[in-house]
Amino acid sequence: MNAPIDSATAVPDAAAGPDCSRVPFRRYTDPALHARELERIFYGRHWSYVALEAELPEPGDFKTTFVGERSVIVVRDADGSINVVENHCAHRGVRFCQQPFGRVKDFTCPYHQWNYDLRGNLQGLPFRRGVKRVEDGRTRIDGGMPADFRLEDHGLTKLAVARRNGLVFACFDHGVEPLEDYLGPQVLPWVDRIFDGRTLTLLGHSRQRIPGNWKLMQENIKDPYHPGLLHTWFVTFGLWRADQRSQMVMDAHGRHAVMISRRNEGGRSEVTQGVTSFREGMTLHDDRLLDVVPEPWWKGPTVTMITLFPSLIIQQQVNSLSTRHIVPRGPGEFDFVWTHFGFADDTPEMTRRRLRQANLFGPAGFVSADDGEVIEMSQQGFTQHPDASTVSRLGGTGVAPTDHMVTETLIRGMHAYWSKVMDA
Amino acid sequence: MNPSNDGRGAAAAVTEPRGLRLDPAVRAELDALYADYAAALDEARYEDWIDLFADDCRYTLQPRENFDRGLPLATLAFESKGMLRDRIYGITRTLFHAPYYQRHVIGPLRVRGAGIADGVEWLDVEAAYAVFRTRVHEPSEVFNVGRYIDRVLRDPIDGLLRFGEKRAVFDSENILNSVIHPI
Repeated sequence: MNAPIDSATAVPDAAAGPDCSRVPFRRYTDPALHARELERIFYGRHWSYVALEAELPEPGDFKTTFVGERSVIVVRDADGSINVVENHCAHRGVRFCQQPFGRVKDFTCPYHQWNYDLRGNLQGLPFRRGVKRVEDGRTRIDGGMPADFRLEDHGLTKLAVARRNGLVFACFDHGVEPLEDYLGPQVLPWVDRIFDGRTLTLLGHSRQRIPGNWKLMQENIKDPYHPGLLHTWFVTFGLWRADQRSQMVMDAHGRHAVMISRRNEGGRSEVTQGVTSFREGMTLHDDRLLDVVPEPWWKGPTVTMITLFPSLIIQQQVNSLSTRHIVPRGPGEFDFVWTHFGFADDTPEMTRRRLRQANLFGPAGFVSADDGEVIEMSQQGFTQHPDASTVSRLGGTGVAPTDHMVTETLIRGMHAYWSKVMDA
Repeated sequence: MNPSNDGRGAAAAVTEPRGLRLDPAVRAELDALYADYAAALDEARYEDWIDLFADDCRYTLQPRENFDRGLPLATLAFESKGMLRDRIYGITRTLFHAPYYQRHVIGPLRVRGAGIADGVEWLDVEAAYAVFRTRVHEPSEVFNVGRYIDRVLRDPIDGLLRFGEKRAVFDSENILNSVIHPI
């Protein structure tokens, strides 16, 4: 499989800029760097995905999820707005909400029954004004909070919330820029193409725990190089391969990206030469697994893979749609939570089609199970040799959008941004 | 399953009758079917595994959270023997993964119903299962835990019991990286 690849070393830099083509392995393994990432990236001025509104249709509906490594509660308020609060009681720190989903009127920590409204305001607590008791004919008041105790000083931590056409994001830092500015004019239209205001329907969740650094998942979906090589289904059935019309889009900071392509007929061509995963003549026993029906809103592309820094991937792969939420758990592990969805106006046949094509994606998917596996193996390599570095020089060493997929520019773009945030 | 029973502390709102007492010969046949199923998977005899399904069959591997909430998404959802064959081709010829053994332990079978429909004998069977994964150089670990909710049919041609529908609903909140082999 050398022929189409070696020539790329001769490609000049796509744009001037820092060389982010070599990343030391320790960037994926060092606990101190990871702690700094949590502070600067996940708890800093970056929007983190927390929910689809379709998960919380009614007032009082909540889900628990994570921003970085902190548990948060996402809840629909009585007026239809959505609040995000940190899931620990202001009193003794108890992570009081232990259910993944549910419906409530308010939140009460079971330990001492501190009670919060759906916005996280402390509404009351037992024995605030002490306990009145009559002893020896005299009324006395035992204990209670000091006179200067104010409920408003002891609410839950409230996060900034942004919503766009059914997507919900949150940020611990209320100084974060508006979501639309954060996503930027290059990437936003691709988000809006899927989330155009139609009502979404929730099809379900998949959860996997992957023993690798969280950045590896972002890089996997910023890497158009691997799908036609690692994934037999992509190269054989023409779902993603180097001879397709494609486009690599990034925002002005290089932190978000979109990989866009159009399916072709597959089969033998220059890009299958020597590719060991290509299976000429492979056919399905039941082709309903790949019963693709174009939808009007696609407007051309059959695949758009959107990476929103730091924690979200939005997938359109033919008729299969999902958000994939990256939840870091230390430098060497992350949870990957898939939420598959459709649209309220889908026919039953389209819903069935989306569910069938879900066999390709997720923790057992024909074209995604091996992504988790190779990420784990990357982490194994990083761990055994932290002083070595990756090489991401396909398409040069610079950072710029491209109109082809024979490039690692999006990975370099993310690391250029990472360095800016981490070194600031 | 009663959807209001989250099984994590809240009591179920309904009661259920005890499982059926079957003719011992039929129960022995059922036990053999499940033992053959586990052995076929643990020994990667996939042609034998496919042969344990009826011609018109369903296979689903689904997280319990989706099952309990009535959400349709499954980890694997196959609607024909052809799709089972496509999966076996996929895992043996196309999917790259760290190799592992799996070992199924299936608990006692609970027969929830039995009858004859259109001349075909059917049995509704549930069983708890645990699957252990053993990777190269690694100790064995609990990989996937749940229960089967199955429809078993007697094949009118050869008289053998086969799965018309096999549904593995797993409690495990996180899949340990990926599921390659069938459960």
